[in-house]
Amino acid sequence: MADEEKKDKPSQQNVASDIGALLTGLKTTLSETFKPVVTTMYPEEKTPRSERYRGRHYLRRYDNGLERCIGCELCAAACPVGCILVIAAENTDENRVSPGERYAKTYEINMLRCIFCGYCEEACPVQAIVLGPEYEMSDTSREKFIYTKEKLLEPLPPDVQARLDATKSPHLSPPQQVEREPK
Amino acid sequence: MSDLYNNPIGHWVVVVVAITLLLFVVLTATAYTVWFERVALGRIQRRPGPNRVGPFGLMQLAADGVKLAFKESFVPASTDKVLYVIAPAIAVAAAFLAWAVIPIGLWYNVQYWIADVNVGILLVFAVSALNVYAIVIGGYASNNKYSLLGGLRSAAQLISYEMSLGLALVPTFMIVGSLRLRDIVEYTVHWGPYVGPIPLIILTPVGFIIYLISAVAETNRAPFDLPEAEQELIGGFLTEYSGLKFVMYYLAEYVNMITVSALAALLFFGGWFLWGVPPVFAFLLKIVLFLFLYIWVRGTFPRLRYDMLMRLGWKVLLPLAMLNVVVTAVILVAVS
Repeated sequence: MADEEKKDKPSQQNVASDIGALLTGLKTTLSETFKPVVTTMYPEEKTPRSERYRGRHYLRRYDNGLERCIGCELCAAACPVGCILVIAAENTDENRVSPGERYAKTYEINMLRCIFCGYCEEACPVQAIVLGPEYEMSDTSREKFIYTKEKLLEPLPPDVQARLDATKSPHLSPPQQVEREPK
Repeated sequence: MSDLYNNPIGHWVVVVVAITLLLFVVLTATAYTVWFERVALGRIQRRPGPNRVGPFGLMQLAADGVKLAFKESFVPASTDKVLYVIAPAIAVAAAFLAWAVIPIGLWYNVQYWIADVNVGILLVFAVSALNVYAIVIGGYASNNKYSLLGGLRSAAQLISYEMSLGLALVPTFMIVGSLRLRDIVEYTVHWGPYVGPIPLIILTPVGFIIYLISAVAETNRAPFDLPEAEQELIGGFLTEYSGLKFVMYYLAEYVNMITVSALAALLFFGGWFLWGVPPVFAFLLKIVLFLFLYIWVRGTFPRLRYDMLMRLGWKVLLPLAMLNVVVTAVILVAVS
Protein backbone atom coordinates (compact mmCIF):
# COMPACT_ATOMS: atom_id res chain seq x y z
CA MET A 1 0.00 0.00 0.00
CA ALA A 2 2.96 2.28 0.60
CA ASP A 3 3.78 2.26 -3.11
CA GLU A 4 0.39 3.67 -4.09
CA GLU A 5 1.47 7.33 -3.99
CA LYS A 6 4.78 7.49 -5.75
CA LYS A 7 6.02 11.01 -6.23
CA ASP A 8 8.30 12.36 -8.97
CA LYS A 9 11.34 11.23 -7.02
CA PRO A 10 10.06 8.34 -5.02
CA SER A 11 11.54 8.18 -1.60
CA GLN A 12 10.08 5.60 0.71
CA GLN A 13 10.32 7.81 3.74
CA ASN A 14 8.51 10.75 2.11
CA VAL A 15 5.67 8.63 0.80
CA ALA A 16 5.18 6.97 4.15
CA SER A 17 5.19 10.27 6.04
CA ASP A 18 2.82 11.82 3.48
CA ILE A 19 0.32 9.04 3.92
CA GLY A 20 0.81 9.28 7.65
CA ALA A 21 -0.06 12.98 7.44
CA LEU A 22 -3.26 12.19 5.56
CA LEU A 23 -4.24 9.62 8.16
CA THR A 24 -3.47 12.06 10.97
CA GLY A 25 -5.84 14.52 9.35
CA LEU A 26 -8.57 11.93 9.08
CA LYS A 27 -8.04 10.91 12.68
CA THR A 28 -8.30 14.52 13.85
CA THR A 29 -11.58 15.18 12.08
CA LEU A 30 -13.05 11.89 13.22
CA SER A 31 -12.22 12.57 16.84
CA GLU A 32 -13.73 16.06 16.52
CA THR A 33 -16.92 14.46 15.23
CA PHE A 34 -17.67 12.84 18.56
CA LYS A 35 -17.00 15.85 20.72
CA PRO A 36 -20.00 17.88 21.87
CA VAL A 37 -21.13 20.70 19.59
CA VAL A 38 -20.28 24.21 20.68
CA THR A 39 -23.17 26.01 19.00
CA THR A 40 -25.51 28.08 21.15
CA MET A 41 -29.05 27.31 19.97
CA TYR A 42 -29.91 30.99 19.87
CA PRO A 43 -33.62 31.56 20.19
CA GLU A 44 -33.93 28.83 22.82
CA GLU A 45 -30.60 29.42 24.49
CA LYS A 46 -29.01 32.81 25.03
CA THR A 47 -25.50 33.73 25.97
CA PRO A 48 -25.24 35.81 29.15
CA ARG A 49 -24.96 39.56 28.73
CA SER A 50 -22.87 41.99 30.69
CA GLU A 51 -24.59 43.73 33.59
CA ARG A 52 -23.81 47.03 31.90
CA TYR A 53 -25.33 45.95 28.59
CA ARG A 54 -27.17 48.82 26.90
CA GLY A 55 -30.33 47.64 25.17
CA ARG A 56 -33.90 48.86 24.88
CA HIS A 57 -34.83 51.97 26.88
CA TYR A 58 -37.27 52.18 29.77
CA LEU A 59 -38.93 55.14 31.44
CA ARG A 60 -39.03 54.47 35.15
CA ARG A 61 -41.54 55.35 37.86
CA TYR A 62 -41.33 55.99 41.59
CA ASP A 63 -42.69 53.34 43.91
CA ASN A 64 -45.91 55.29 44.36
CA GLY A 65 -46.54 55.13 40.60
CA LEU A 66 -45.51 58.69 39.71
CA GLU A 67 -43.30 59.05 36.66
CA ARG A 68 -39.73 60.04 37.26
CA CYS A 69 -39.39 62.06 34.08
CA ILE A 70 -39.69 65.79 34.66
CA GLY A 71 -39.59 66.78 31.01
CA CYS A 72 -36.26 68.63 31.23
CA GLU A 73 -35.14 67.44 27.75
CA LEU A 74 -31.54 66.93 28.89
CA CYS A 75 -31.62 63.46 27.34
CA ALA A 76 -32.67 64.91 24.00
CA ALA A 77 -29.86 67.44 24.26
CA ALA A 78 -27.29 64.78 25.14
CA CYS A 79 -28.34 62.42 22.37
CA PRO A 80 -25.63 62.44 19.67
CA VAL A 81 -28.00 61.31 16.91
CA GLY A 82 -31.04 63.28 18.00
CA CYS A 83 -33.39 60.37 18.21
CA ILE A 84 -35.24 61.50 21.36
CA LEU A 85 -38.25 63.77 21.21
CA VAL A 86 -39.58 65.22 24.50
CA ILE A 87 -42.54 67.58 24.70
CA ALA A 88 -43.11 68.72 28.26
CA ALA A 89 -46.30 69.92 29.94
CA GLU A 90 -47.03 71.50 33.33
CA ASN A 91 -48.17 69.37 36.24
CA THR A 92 -51.34 70.57 37.93
CA ASP A 93 -52.90 69.55 41.24
CA GLU A 94 -55.71 67.73 39.45
CA ASN A 95 -53.42 66.01 37.02
CA ARG A 96 -50.15 65.18 38.73
CA VAL A 97 -48.00 62.91 36.66
CA SER A 98 -44.51 63.46 38.04
CA PRO A 99 -43.24 64.97 41.31
CA GLY A 100 -41.61 67.96 39.61
CA GLU A 101 -43.12 71.05 38.01
CA ARG A 102 -43.38 69.52 34.58
CA TYR A 103 -43.71 66.07 33.02
CA ALA A 104 -43.14 64.62 29.57
CA LYS A 105 -46.39 64.82 27.64
CA THR A 106 -44.74 63.14 24.67
CA TYR A 107 -41.65 61.00 24.91
CA GLU A 108 -40.53 59.24 21.73
CA ILE A 109 -37.34 57.42 20.81
CA ASN A 110 -36.55 56.50 17.24
CA MET A 111 -34.95 53.10 17.68
CA LEU A 112 -33.71 53.02 14.10
CA ARG A 113 -31.51 56.00 14.81
CA CYS A 114 -30.53 55.19 18.36
CA ILE A 115 -26.93 54.03 18.69
CA PHE A 116 -27.40 52.77 22.27
CA CYS A 117 -24.60 54.96 23.62
CA GLY A 118 -26.37 55.49 26.94
CA TYR A 119 -25.72 59.26 27.06
CA CYS A 120 -29.43 59.86 27.78
CA GLU A 121 -29.14 57.70 30.86
CA GLU A 122 -26.07 59.63 32.01
CA ALA A 123 -27.67 63.01 31.31
CA CYS A 124 -30.91 62.31 33.16
CA PRO A 125 -30.95 64.11 36.56
CA VAL A 126 -33.68 61.88 38.00
CA GLN A 127 -32.68 58.48 36.54
CA ALA A 128 -35.94 58.39 34.61
CA ILE A 129 -34.55 56.92 31.41
CA VAL A 130 -32.47 53.76 31.62
CA LEU A 131 -31.23 51.27 29.08
CA GLY A 132 -32.43 47.75 29.81
CA PRO A 133 -31.03 44.37 28.78
CA GLU A 134 -33.40 43.56 25.87
CA TYR A 135 -31.86 43.48 22.41
CA GLU A 136 -34.45 41.60 20.35
CA MET A 137 -36.33 44.52 18.86
CA SER A 138 -36.89 43.47 15.26
CA ASP A 139 -40.19 44.55 13.78
CA THR A 140 -42.07 44.66 10.52
CA SER A 141 -42.29 48.37 9.67
CA ARG A 142 -40.34 51.56 10.19
CA GLU A 143 -43.23 53.17 12.09
CA LYS A 144 -43.09 50.48 14.73
CA PHE A 145 -39.56 51.54 15.62
CA ILE A 146 -40.75 54.90 16.92
CA TYR A 147 -41.14 53.88 20.54
CA THR A 148 -43.81 56.01 22.17
CA LYS A 149 -44.19 56.82 25.82
CA GLU A 150 -46.72 54.02 26.38
CA LYS A 151 -44.22 51.55 25.08
CA LEU A 152 -41.26 52.91 27.01
CA LEU A 153 -42.96 53.50 30.34
CA GLU A 154 -42.66 50.87 33.04
CA PRO A 155 -45.97 49.37 34.14
CA LEU A 156 -47.43 50.68 37.39
CA PRO A 157 -46.15 48.96 40.53
CA PRO A 158 -48.51 46.09 41.38
CA ASP A 159 -49.76 47.63 44.62
CA VAL A 160 -50.69 50.93 42.93
CA GLN A 161 -52.34 49.08 40.09
CA ALA A 162 -54.33 46.97 42.57
CA ARG A 163 -55.47 50.12 44.41
CA LEU A 164 -56.59 51.67 41.13
CA ASP A 165 -58.47 48.58 40.06
CA ALA A 166 -60.23 48.46 43.43
CA THR A 167 -61.43 52.08 43.50
CA LYS A 168 -62.28 52.78 39.85
CA SER A 169 -62.95 56.38 40.89
CA PRO A 170 -61.49 58.89 38.43
CA HIS A 171 -60.19 61.53 40.88
CA LEU A 172 -59.07 59.65 43.93
CA SER A 173 -55.46 58.95 43.21
CA PRO A 174 -53.05 61.00 41.14
CA PRO A 175 -51.30 58.25 39.19
CA GLN A 176 -54.57 57.30 37.58
CA GLN A 177 -54.38 60.13 35.13
CA VAL A 178 -50.90 59.20 34.15
CA GLU A 179 -51.77 57.58 30.89
CA ARG A 180 -53.83 60.44 29.52
CA GLU A 181 -51.85 61.54 26.61
CA PRO A 182 -53.12 63.13 23.41
CA LYS A 183 -51.87 61.60 20.22
CA MET B 1 -44.63 -13.24 -9.90
CA SER B 2 -42.68 -15.18 -12.51
CA ASP B 3 -45.86 -15.66 -14.60
CA LEU B 4 -46.33 -11.95 -14.69
CA TYR B 5 -42.68 -11.46 -15.50
CA ASN B 6 -42.74 -13.89 -18.44
CA ASN B 7 -45.86 -12.36 -19.97
CA PRO B 8 -44.61 -9.65 -22.43
CA ILE B 9 -47.04 -6.98 -21.23
CA GLY B 10 -46.70 -8.00 -17.61
CA HIS B 11 -42.95 -7.77 -18.01
CA TRP B 12 -43.22 -4.13 -19.03
CA VAL B 13 -45.60 -3.39 -16.21
CA VAL B 14 -43.14 -4.86 -13.74
CA VAL B 15 -40.24 -2.94 -15.26
CA VAL B 16 -42.08 0.39 -15.30
CA VAL B 17 -43.22 -0.05 -11.71
CA ALA B 18 -39.69 -1.01 -10.73
CA ILE B 19 -38.25 2.06 -12.48
CA THR B 20 -40.74 4.36 -10.79
CA LEU B 21 -40.00 2.82 -7.44
CA LEU B 22 -36.25 3.05 -7.98
CA LEU B 23 -36.48 6.69 -9.02
CA PHE B 24 -38.45 7.41 -5.89
CA VAL B 25 -36.01 5.54 -3.69
CA VAL B 26 -32.93 7.14 -5.24
CA LEU B 27 -34.43 10.62 -5.04
CA THR B 28 -35.31 10.14 -1.39
CA ALA B 29 -31.90 8.65 -0.72
CA THR B 30 -30.32 11.69 -2.37
CA ALA B 31 -32.27 14.07 -0.18
CA TYR B 32 -31.17 12.25 2.95
CA THR B 33 -27.60 12.01 1.68
CA VAL B 34 -27.55 15.79 1.54
CA TRP B 35 -28.95 15.90 5.05
CA PHE B 36 -26.42 13.33 6.19
CA GLU B 37 -23.59 15.28 4.60
CA ARG B 38 -24.62 18.53 6.22
CA VAL B 39 -24.99 16.95 9.63
CA ALA B 40 -21.75 14.98 9.35
CA LEU B 41 -19.79 18.00 8.11
CA GLY B 42 -21.32 20.00 10.92
CA ARG B 43 -20.24 17.45 13.50
CA ILE B 44 -16.73 17.40 12.09
CA GLN B 45 -16.64 21.17 12.65
CA ARG B 46 -18.47 20.79 15.99
CA ARG B 47 -21.64 22.36 14.67
CA PRO B 48 -25.02 20.65 14.94
CA GLY B 49 -25.90 20.97 11.23
CA PRO B 50 -29.48 21.53 10.11
CA ASN B 51 -31.84 20.92 13.05
CA ARG B 52 -34.74 23.33 12.60
CA VAL B 53 -37.09 21.84 10.01
CA GLY B 54 -38.75 18.72 11.34
CA PRO B 55 -37.23 16.28 13.84
CA PHE B 56 -33.40 16.45 13.66
CA GLY B 57 -33.78 18.73 10.62
CA LEU B 58 -34.89 15.80 8.52
CA MET B 59 -37.32 17.94 6.54
CA GLN B 60 -34.64 20.49 5.67
CA LEU B 61 -34.32 19.15 2.15
CA ALA B 62 -38.07 19.36 1.57
CA ALA B 63 -37.93 23.01 2.60
CA ASP B 64 -34.89 23.68 0.41
CA GLY B 65 -36.51 21.87 -2.49
CA VAL B 66 -39.70 23.92 -2.26
CA LYS B 67 -37.70 27.11 -1.99
CA LEU B 68 -35.56 26.31 -5.05
CA ALA B 69 -38.51 25.02 -7.07
CA PHE B 70 -40.37 28.28 -6.64
CA LYS B 71 -37.46 30.45 -7.67
CA GLU B 72 -37.70 32.26 -10.96
CA SER B 73 -36.48 30.16 -13.87
CA PHE B 74 -33.83 32.59 -14.94
CA VAL B 75 -31.74 32.39 -18.11
CA PRO B 76 -29.00 35.04 -18.30
CA ALA B 77 -28.71 37.20 -21.41
CA SER B 78 -26.46 36.09 -24.29
CA THR B 79 -26.23 32.50 -23.17
CA ASP B 80 -26.75 29.66 -25.58
CA LYS B 81 -30.32 29.11 -24.44
CA VAL B 82 -30.85 25.57 -25.76
CA LEU B 83 -27.57 24.18 -24.43
CA TYR B 84 -28.00 26.09 -21.19
CA VAL B 85 -31.25 24.25 -20.51
CA ILE B 86 -30.12 20.86 -21.86
CA ALA B 87 -26.91 20.65 -19.83
CA PRO B 88 -28.47 20.11 -16.38
CA ALA B 89 -30.91 17.63 -17.91
CA ILE B 90 -27.96 15.60 -19.21
CA ALA B 91 -26.45 15.61 -15.74
CA VAL B 92 -29.58 14.23 -14.12
CA ALA B 93 -30.29 11.72 -16.87
CA ALA B 94 -26.74 10.38 -16.80
CA ALA B 95 -26.79 10.13 -13.02
CA PHE B 96 -30.04 8.18 -12.90
CA LEU B 97 -29.29 5.94 -15.89
CA ALA B 98 -26.48 4.25 -14.03
CA TRP B 99 -29.00 2.92 -11.53
CA ALA B 100 -30.65 0.84 -14.26
CA VAL B 101 -27.97 -1.83 -13.88
CA ILE B 102 -26.92 -1.48 -10.26
CA PRO B 103 -28.13 -4.55 -8.39
CA ILE B 104 -29.48 -3.61 -5.01
CA GLY B 105 -29.99 -7.09 -3.69
CA LEU B 106 -31.19 -10.63 -4.15
CA TRP B 107 -33.64 -11.46 -1.38
CA TYR B 108 -35.82 -14.59 -1.29
CA ASN B 109 -35.18 -15.01 -5.03
CA VAL B 110 -36.54 -11.54 -5.83
CA GLN B 111 -34.12 -9.40 -7.79
CA TYR B 112 -34.05 -5.85 -6.54
CA TRP B 113 -32.75 -4.30 -9.71
CA ILE B 114 -34.03 -3.34 -13.14
CA ALA B 115 -31.69 -4.81 -15.72
CA ASP B 116 -29.18 -7.61 -15.35
CA VAL B 117 -26.89 -6.53 -18.17
CA ASN B 118 -23.91 -8.74 -18.94
CA VAL B 119 -21.65 -5.68 -19.41
CA GLY B 120 -23.23 -3.87 -16.46
CA ILE B 121 -20.13 -2.18 -15.15
CA LEU B 122 -19.15 -0.92 -18.60
CA LEU B 123 -22.61 0.58 -18.96
CA VAL B 124 -22.24 2.37 -15.64
CA PHE B 125 -18.95 3.89 -16.76
CA ALA B 126 -20.26 4.80 -20.19
CA VAL B 127 -23.21 6.59 -18.65
CA SER B 128 -21.34 8.27 -15.83
CA ALA B 129 -18.82 9.59 -18.35
CA LEU B 130 -21.72 11.53 -19.88
CA ASN B 131 -21.59 13.71 -16.81
CA VAL B 132 -18.62 15.53 -18.29
CA TYR B 133 -20.83 16.69 -21.17
CA ALA B 134 -23.26 18.20 -18.72
CA ILE B 135 -20.49 20.15 -17.05
CA VAL B 136 -18.63 21.22 -20.19
CA ILE B 137 -21.79 22.17 -22.07
CA GLY B 138 -23.17 23.97 -19.04
CA GLY B 139 -19.91 25.87 -18.64
CA TYR B 140 -19.78 26.74 -22.33
CA ALA B 141 -23.43 27.75 -22.63
CA SER B 142 -23.30 30.06 -19.63
CA ASN B 143 -21.12 32.57 -21.52
CA ASN B 144 -19.14 33.32 -18.40
CA LYS B 145 -15.41 33.01 -17.99
CA TYR B 146 -15.66 31.26 -14.63
CA SER B 147 -18.18 28.77 -15.96
CA LEU B 148 -16.03 28.04 -18.98
CA LEU B 149 -12.92 27.56 -16.84
CA GLY B 150 -14.85 25.25 -14.54
CA GLY B 151 -16.10 23.25 -17.49
CA LEU B 152 -12.64 22.92 -19.01
CA ARG B 153 -11.08 21.90 -15.75
CA SER B 154 -13.76 19.31 -15.35
CA ALA B 155 -13.14 17.91 -18.81
CA ALA B 156 -9.41 17.53 -18.14
CA GLN B 157 -10.01 16.08 -14.72
CA LEU B 158 -12.61 13.54 -15.79
CA ILE B 159 -10.53 12.32 -18.71
CA SER B 160 -7.50 11.91 -16.45
CA TYR B 161 -9.29 10.01 -13.77
CA GLU B 162 -11.66 7.99 -15.94
CA MET B 163 -8.71 5.92 -17.13
CA SER B 164 -7.28 5.07 -13.76
CA LEU B 165 -10.82 4.38 -12.56
CA GLY B 166 -11.40 1.91 -15.36
CA LEU B 167 -7.97 0.32 -15.04
CA ALA B 168 -8.37 -0.03 -11.28
CA LEU B 169 -11.29 -2.33 -11.87
CA VAL B 170 -9.69 -4.49 -14.55
CA PRO B 171 -8.07 -6.87 -11.99
CA THR B 172 -11.53 -7.43 -10.50
CA PHE B 173 -12.88 -8.45 -13.88
CA MET B 174 -9.90 -10.68 -14.49
CA ILE B 175 -10.41 -12.46 -11.19
CA VAL B 176 -14.17 -12.83 -11.56
CA GLY B 177 -14.18 -13.35 -15.31
CA SER B 178 -17.33 -11.34 -15.90
CA LEU B 179 -18.47 -7.75 -16.29
CA ARG B 180 -21.91 -8.53 -14.93
CA LEU B 181 -22.30 -6.82 -11.57
CA ARG B 182 -24.28 -9.73 -10.20
CA ASP B 183 -21.47 -12.16 -11.04
CA ILE B 184 -18.95 -9.92 -9.35
CA VAL B 185 -21.05 -9.76 -6.20
CA GLU B 186 -21.70 -13.49 -6.20
CA TYR B 187 -18.08 -14.41 -6.78
CA THR B 188 -17.42 -17.36 -4.52
CA VAL B 189 -14.15 -18.82 -3.40
CA HIS B 190 -13.27 -22.34 -2.34
CA TRP B 191 -10.56 -21.78 0.22
CA GLY B 192 -10.15 -25.01 2.07
CA PRO B 193 -13.17 -25.39 4.36
CA TYR B 194 -14.61 -21.99 3.44
CA VAL B 195 -16.93 -21.82 0.42
CA GLY B 196 -18.78 -18.59 -0.15
CA PRO B 197 -18.64 -14.96 -1.13
CA ILE B 198 -15.69 -12.84 -0.05
CA PRO B 199 -15.10 -9.12 -0.27
CA LEU B 200 -12.92 -8.73 -3.35
CA ILE B 201 -10.86 -6.04 -1.62
CA ILE B 202 -8.84 -8.91 -0.16
CA LEU B 203 -7.73 -9.85 -3.67
CA THR B 204 -7.28 -6.36 -5.15
CA PRO B 205 -6.46 -3.91 -2.36
CA VAL B 206 -4.46 -1.60 -4.64
CA GLY B 207 -7.31 -1.51 -7.13
CA PHE B 208 -9.65 -0.50 -4.33
CA ILE B 209 -7.47 2.40 -3.24
CA ILE B 210 -7.10 3.66 -6.80
CA TYR B 211 -10.83 3.30 -7.29
CA LEU B 212 -11.55 5.22 -4.10
CA ILE B 213 -9.33 8.16 -5.08
CA SER B 214 -10.45 8.22 -8.70
CA ALA B 215 -14.10 8.02 -7.75
CA VAL B 216 -13.84 11.16 -5.61
CA ALA B 217 -12.27 12.93 -8.59
CA GLU B 218 -14.89 11.47 -10.90
CA THR B 219 -17.77 12.86 -8.86
CA ASN B 220 -16.08 16.29 -8.57
CA ARG B 221 -16.13 16.21 -4.82
CA ALA B 222 -13.69 17.72 -2.38
CA PRO B 223 -10.67 17.51 -2.37
CA PHE B 224 -11.01 17.19 -6.17
CA ASP B 225 -13.82 19.72 -6.60
CA LEU B 226 -11.85 21.94 -8.96
CA PRO B 227 -14.71 22.45 -11.44
CA GLU B 228 -16.70 24.17 -8.71
CA ALA B 229 -13.90 25.64 -6.62
CA GLU B 230 -15.96 28.34 -4.93
CA GLN B 231 -12.99 30.34 -3.73
CA GLU B 232 -11.28 30.73 -7.09
CA LEU B 233 -13.98 30.16 -9.70
CA ILE B 234 -17.08 31.57 -7.93
CA GLY B 235 -19.00 28.36 -8.61
CA GLY B 236 -17.37 27.10 -11.80
CA PHE B 237 -19.94 25.74 -14.20
CA LEU B 238 -22.65 26.34 -11.58
CA THR B 239 -22.12 30.11 -11.50
CA GLU B 240 -24.98 31.04 -13.82
CA TYR B 241 -27.40 28.36 -12.69
CA SER B 242 -30.18 28.91 -10.19
CA GLY B 243 -33.54 27.48 -9.24
CA LEU B 244 -34.51 24.11 -10.67
CA LYS B 245 -31.56 23.91 -13.05
CA PHE B 246 -29.21 24.28 -10.12
CA VAL B 247 -31.19 21.60 -8.30
CA MET B 248 -30.63 19.26 -11.23
CA TYR B 249 -26.85 19.65 -11.07
CA TYR B 250 -26.94 19.32 -7.34
CA LEU B 251 -29.09 16.21 -7.55
CA ALA B 252 -26.81 14.72 -10.17
CA GLU B 253 -23.76 15.27 -7.99
CA TYR B 254 -25.32 13.46 -5.06
CA VAL B 255 -26.76 10.65 -7.16
CA ASN B 256 -23.29 10.15 -8.60
CA MET B 257 -21.89 10.09 -5.10
CA ILE B 258 -24.34 7.36 -4.12
CA THR B 259 -23.56 5.51 -7.36
CA VAL B 260 -19.82 5.37 -6.76
CA SER B 261 -20.45 4.34 -3.15
CA ALA B 262 -22.75 1.58 -4.36
CA LEU B 263 -20.16 0.46 -6.92
CA ALA B 264 -17.46 0.39 -4.28
CA ALA B 265 -19.70 -1.80 -2.15
CA LEU B 266 -20.57 -4.04 -5.09
CA LEU B 267 -17.12 -4.42 -6.57
CA PHE B 268 -14.97 -4.65 -3.47
CA PHE B 269 -17.16 -5.46 -0.48
CA GLY B 270 -19.48 -8.20 -1.67
CA GLY B 271 -22.52 -6.03 -2.41
CA TRP B 272 -25.53 -7.31 -0.52
CA PHE B 273 -23.71 -10.11 1.30
CA LEU B 274 -23.08 -9.53 4.94
CA TRP B 275 -23.30 -12.27 7.49
CA GLY B 276 -26.49 -12.06 9.50
CA VAL B 277 -27.85 -8.94 7.81
CA PRO B 278 -30.72 -9.05 5.27
CA PRO B 279 -29.35 -8.41 1.75
CA VAL B 280 -30.89 -5.02 0.93
CA PHE B 281 -30.04 -3.62 4.32
CA ALA B 282 -26.50 -4.91 4.11
CA PHE B 283 -26.09 -3.09 0.82
CA LEU B 284 -27.59 0.06 2.29
CA LEU B 285 -25.26 -0.15 5.27
CA LYS B 286 -22.21 -0.42 3.02
CA ILE B 287 -23.37 2.52 0.90
CA VAL B 288 -23.87 4.66 4.00
CA LEU B 289 -20.40 3.79 5.24
CA PHE B 290 -18.87 4.81 1.92
CA LEU B 291 -20.91 8.00 1.87
CA PHE B 292 -19.58 8.80 5.30
CA LEU B 293 -16.06 8.14 4.04
CA TYR B 294 -16.56 10.65 1.22
CA ILE B 295 -18.00 13.24 3.58
CA TRP B 296 -15.22 12.59 6.06
CA VAL B 297 -12.62 13.11 3.34
CA ARG B 298 -14.38 16.30 2.27
CA GLY B 299 -14.34 17.56 5.83
CA THR B 300 -10.63 16.80 6.21
CA PHE B 301 -8.60 17.59 3.11
CA PRO B 302 -8.07 20.93 1.37
CA ARG B 303 -8.56 21.14 -2.38
CA LEU B 304 -5.66 20.03 -4.57
CA ARG B 305 -3.88 22.54 -6.75
CA TYR B 306 -4.55 21.95 -10.44
CA ASP B 307 -1.05 20.72 -11.32
CA MET B 308 -1.09 18.43 -8.28
CA LEU B 309 -4.35 16.97 -9.50
CA MET B 310 -2.91 16.26 -12.92
CA ARG B 311 0.30 14.87 -11.47
CA LEU B 312 -1.57 12.56 -9.14
CA GLY B 313 -3.75 11.35 -11.97
CA TRP B 314 -1.15 10.80 -14.67
CA LYS B 315 2.05 10.10 -12.78
CA VAL B 316 0.78 8.16 -9.79
CA LEU B 317 -2.62 6.59 -10.23
CA LEU B 318 -2.43 5.65 -13.91
CA PRO B 319 0.98 3.87 -13.83
CA LEU B 320 0.01 2.22 -10.59
CA ALA B 321 -3.28 0.99 -12.04
CA MET B 322 -1.43 -0.42 -15.09
CA LEU B 323 1.10 -2.10 -12.86
CA ASN B 324 -1.73 -3.52 -10.82
CA VAL B 325 -3.28 -5.03 -13.96
CA VAL B 326 0.00 -6.59 -15.05
CA VAL B 327 0.83 -7.98 -11.61
CA THR B 328 -2.65 -9.41 -11.20
CA ALA B 329 -2.45 -11.02 -14.64
CA VAL B 330 0.88 -12.61 -13.82
CA ILE B 331 -0.40 -13.92 -10.48
CA LEU B 332 -3.58 -15.26 -12.07
CA VAL B 333 -1.60 -17.13 -14.73
CA ALA B 334 0.79 -18.46 -12.12
CA VAL B 335 -2.05 -19.69 -9.90
CA SER B 336 -3.91 -21.39 -12.75
